[in-house]
Amino acid sequence: MKQLISSPHTVFGNSVTRVMLLVIFALVPGYIAYIWFFGWGLLINSVLCIATALACEAWMLHLRNKPLQPFLTDGTALVTALLIALALPPVLPWWLPVLATAFAIIIAKHLYGGIGYNPFNPAMVGYAMCLIAFPKQMTAWLPAMTEQGHAINFADNLRFNFTGKLPEGTGYDALTQATPLDALGIQLQLGNSVTEIQTGFAQFSQYFGVGWDWISILFLAGGLFLIYKRIITWHIPVAMLGSIGILSAIAWLYDPSSNPDPIFHLLGGASMLGAFFIATDPVSASTTPRGRLIYGAGIGAITYVIRTWGGYPDGVAFGVLLMNMAVPTIDYYTQPRVFGHDKADKP
Amino acid sequence: MRKVWDFHGGLKLDGHKSMSMQQPITVVPVPKTLVLPIQQHIGEPAHPVVQVGDHVLKGQLIAAAESFVSAPVHASSSGKVVAIEERAIAHPSGLLATCIVIETDGKDEWVPLDAHASDYKQLDPSRLRNLVREAGIVGLGGAGFPSYIKLNPAPAKTIDTLILNGAECEPYITCDAMLMRERARSILDGLLVMRHAVQAKRCLIGIEDNKPEAIKAINEALTLQEKTIVDVVTIPTRYPAGSEKQLIKTLTGIELSQNQLPVHHGIVCHNVGTAVAVGEAILEGKPLISRIVTLTGHAMGKPCNVEARIGTPMQELLDYAELKNQHTDRVIMGGPMMGFVVQETQSPVVKTTNCLLAITQQDVTHEQHPMPCIRCGECARVCPAQLLPQQLYWYARSKDFDKIQEYNLFDCIECGCCVHVCPSHIPLVQYYRFAKTEIWAQERDKVKSDHARERHEFHQLRMERKKQEDEERKRKKREMLKQSQAKDSNKQDAIQAAIARVQAKKQAQHEQENNSTVDDSNK
Ligand code: SF4
Ligand code: SF4
Repeated sequence: MKQLISSPHTVFGNSVTRVMLLVIFALVPGYIAYIWFFGWGLLINSVLCIATALACEAWMLHLRNKPLQPFLTDGTALVTALLIALALPPVLPWWLPVLATAFAIIIAKHLYGGIGYNPFNPAMVGYAMCLIAFPKQMTAWLPAMTEQGHAINFADNLRFNFTGKLPEGTGYDALTQATPLDALGIQLQLGNSVTEIQTGFAQFSQYFGVGWDWISILFLAGGLFLIYKRIITWHIPVAMLGSIGILSAIAWLYDPSSNPDPIFHLLGGASMLGAFFIATDPVSASTTPRGRLIYGAGIGAITYVIRTWGGYPDGVAFGVLLMNMAVPTIDYYTQPRVFGHDKADKP
Repeated sequence: MRKVWDFHGGLKLDGHKSMSMQQPITVVPVPKTLVLPIQQHIGEPAHPVVQVGDHVLKGQLIAAAESFVSAPVHASSSGKVVAIEERAIAHPSGLLATCIVIETDGKDEWVPLDAHASDYKQLDPSRLRNLVREAGIVGLGGAGFPSYIKLNPAPAKTIDTLILNGAECEPYITCDAMLMRERARSILDGLLVMRHAVQAKRCLIGIEDNKPEAIKAINEALTLQEKTIVDVVTIPTRYPAGSEKQLIKTLTGIELSQNQLPVHHGIVCHNVGTAVAVGEAILEGKPLISRIVTLTGHAMGKPCNVEARIGTPMQELLDYAELKNQHTDRVIMGGPMMGFVVQETQSPVVKTTNCLLAITQQDVTHEQHPMPCIRCGECARVCPAQLLPQQLYWYARSKDFDKIQEYNLFDCIECGCCVHVCPSHIPLVQYYRFAKTEIWAQERDKVKSDHARERHEFHQLRMERKKQEDEERKRKKREMLKQSQAKDSNKQDAIQAAIARVQAKKQAQHEQENNSTVDDSNK
C-alpha cells in the first residue's frame, strides 16, 4: 500500500535557494560597479562577512539541533552577508564586518527562531548595531576613483583591514570622507546652501557623484529583474521610492537652497539598494499587498526624516527596522478582501 | 465575443492534455465482477434493495435513496448479486465501504426503460427532477453532489442563467474535452432538458481556450434556434477556471461567498458530463451506470479516454491503458492538483472517477524537506480565493482555530495553487484540511457538550423542582398534620366541654332533684 500523499502532486520548481540565488544574481551589476568606483574594500568585506555568516549559521544550527542541510545551503545567510558588506564602508578594521555579521546571524536571526521567524531584518540589525557603537569608522567613506585610480589599492586596503596601518604619508582622516549624503546633511546643518556645498566639496566632484549614480542605477536594474522574475513584488520599492521622491520634491520646491533635489535623494545613498534588496526581505516585511505599500511608504518617510534632521548619514536601516516593528499590525489591518466577501468585511 | 471577467490568482499550468486525446473514446468490456459502493457522493448512503443471490438486469435499481441528499445506485450490467459487503474503495480516508458485488453474466441485458424523448416538455419540472433523481445522477465533474437538488431552484427564485462547465482546468484530464468533441449533440440535448427543469432564460457553456476542437464541435452542433439561447463562451486557460465559483465569476462577474449557493443569484451550474447523463436519463430512460474516464499520465503505455461502467475495478482500466508498473510513482484519482492517491487499485470506478492519472517519479518534484515559511507572499498572489495562505498556515500550525477562521479558512477551495508555488515546499493544503477537520470535530463536540450541558442543566432543574415539590409536600403534610392535630384538640376540648356540660347538667338535675342551687357557670 502506498503512503498517503496529499494533493497537489506536482509543484513548480520553486525553492528558497532559487529565490536567494536570483537575489544574489540581481545584486551583481551594482556590486561590480561599486568595486569599480570604490576599490577592493567591498570584496574584502564580503569575504569576511560571508565567512562569518556561514560559520555562525553552522554553529547556531548545531546548537539548535537543526540539520545543516538544507538550512546552510538555503542562501539566506549569504544574502544577509552580502547586504551587510554593501552597507559597510569600504575601509574598515576586519572585526567590524565580522561583528556586524555575527550579530545579524546569531542575535537577529537565530535567537528569534531562525529563517522565517525573525521579526527584524538581520542585515540591518547588524549594521545598525555597529553604526551606533562605532560611528566614526562606520561613517568614513572613500572618495571615488579618479584618473589616478582608486584612493587605496587592494594590498593597502587589506593591510589596513588587518593591521590598521596605512601607507607612509597617508592619514586615515585624509583618506576617508563622508558620503555625499552625509556631507550634505552636515553642511546644511552648518548653514551652507545646497549650491555652495555641491560646488565646494570633493564629494560632489564629477567622479564621486557619478559613481553613486551608476551604482544606484544598476541596483535599480537588478531590482526590476527581480520583479520581472516574480521574486519580489513592485509594492515595497514603488512605495518607498515614491515616498522619498514625493517628500524630497515638496521640500525642494519649497526651498531649493536648503533641500537637495529628489534625484539626489533617490540615487544618492542606499535608496535603491534599500528599496529593492533590503526592504523587500520577505520574512521581516509586510506580506499583504496593501500592507506592503504602507510598509514601503513608511520606510521612505523615515529615511527622509533621518536624512534631513537626524544625526546619521542615511536612514534606510532605521527606516526598515522601525517599520519591521509595525508589520504585525499592518498585516492584520490590510488583509485583502476575500473572494465573494463584501469590501467592508474585516476580520 | 462575450465579455469575460477575471478572477484573482490562479496558475498557468502545463496541460499535458494531448497525450490522452490521440484516439476516440472506447468502451471498456464488461468486467467479470462489478463492485458498486452504495455511497458514491456527498450525503447519505443509499439502501440496498437486492439480496445476495438475486439476479439483476442492467439499469435495475439495486440501492434506493431514502434521504434528501442521496442518490440511488443501479446495476451497471446484468448478472447475479454475489455479495453485499465491505470493500476497499478509492477515497482519501482509505476506509472500507459497503458495496454490492455483482458477478456479470455477459448478456448485458437492460431492464425495460421509461423514455420521455417526445414528451419531456409536457412534464412538470418537478417530475423531471424526480426522474433525474431516480436515475441516480450526481455531479460528474467534482464532488458528486446529487444533481436533482441543483436542478431544484429555491421557491420563488427564478433561474436566469444555466451554466455548463466545460472548462476542465486540471492538467491531464480530458474526459470533458473528449465528450464535447464526440458527443456535442448529447450535451446540448441534456442541456435543453436541464433548461426545462429549471426554466432558465439563457444558457452559457464555458470552455477554456486550450480546447478549440471542443468549442468548434459544440458550435457546429448548435442549431440556429438554439443559438439564440445558448452561448458558448471561450474563457482563458488558467487553473482553477473550472472551479464553480471561479467559473461563475468569469462568465457573469458575480462572486459567490463561501456560504452562498449559485441559486441565490439565479444561477445553476452543471458539468457537461452531467448534462449528457441527464439527457440520457430523460430522453432514453437510462440511469447513470457508466461514465467517461481519462486514463493518462506518463506511466500509462496507452493513454486514452474510455467509457467505463460504474463498479469496474480500477485495475482493469489500468490494464486496458497498459500501465507501466515499474515506472509508476503513484496512481491518482482526479487531477494532479486536487486528486488523491488510489491506495488499492482493485477499488471500483465510481460516479466521480473522472480520471486515473499514473505519474512517474519525474512528474513529481519530490517531497523536499519543507522549510519554514519565508512570508514571500507568493501563495497569496496565486490564491483564487484571495486568502493569505501564509497566515492560515501560521495559525494552523499553532492550532489557533479562532484566528484561522478570522482569516477565512473556510473560503479555501483546496485548489493547491499555493503549494504549487511555495518556495519552502510547505504542504499547505494538508494543514488546511487538518484545521478544517479539527474545527468540525470541535464543533461536533461542542454540539454534544451543549446537549450534555442542557441535559445536565435540565436535570439540575428537575432535581431542584423535585426538591421544592418535596419540601412543599412535606410542608403541606406538616401543616395538615398540625391542622388535624389542632382539630383533634378542638374536638377533644369540645368533647370535654360537652362531657362537662352533660355532667354539669346531670349534677344540676341531681342537685335540683336534690333541691340545691343551680351553678350558673355550667349553663
Ligand atoms: S509561498 Fe510558502 S513561503 Fe511564501 S509566504 Fe506562502 S507559505 Fe510562506
Ligand atoms: S488551496 Fe486554499 S489557500 Fe491555497 S491557493 Fe487554493 S484556495 Fe488559496
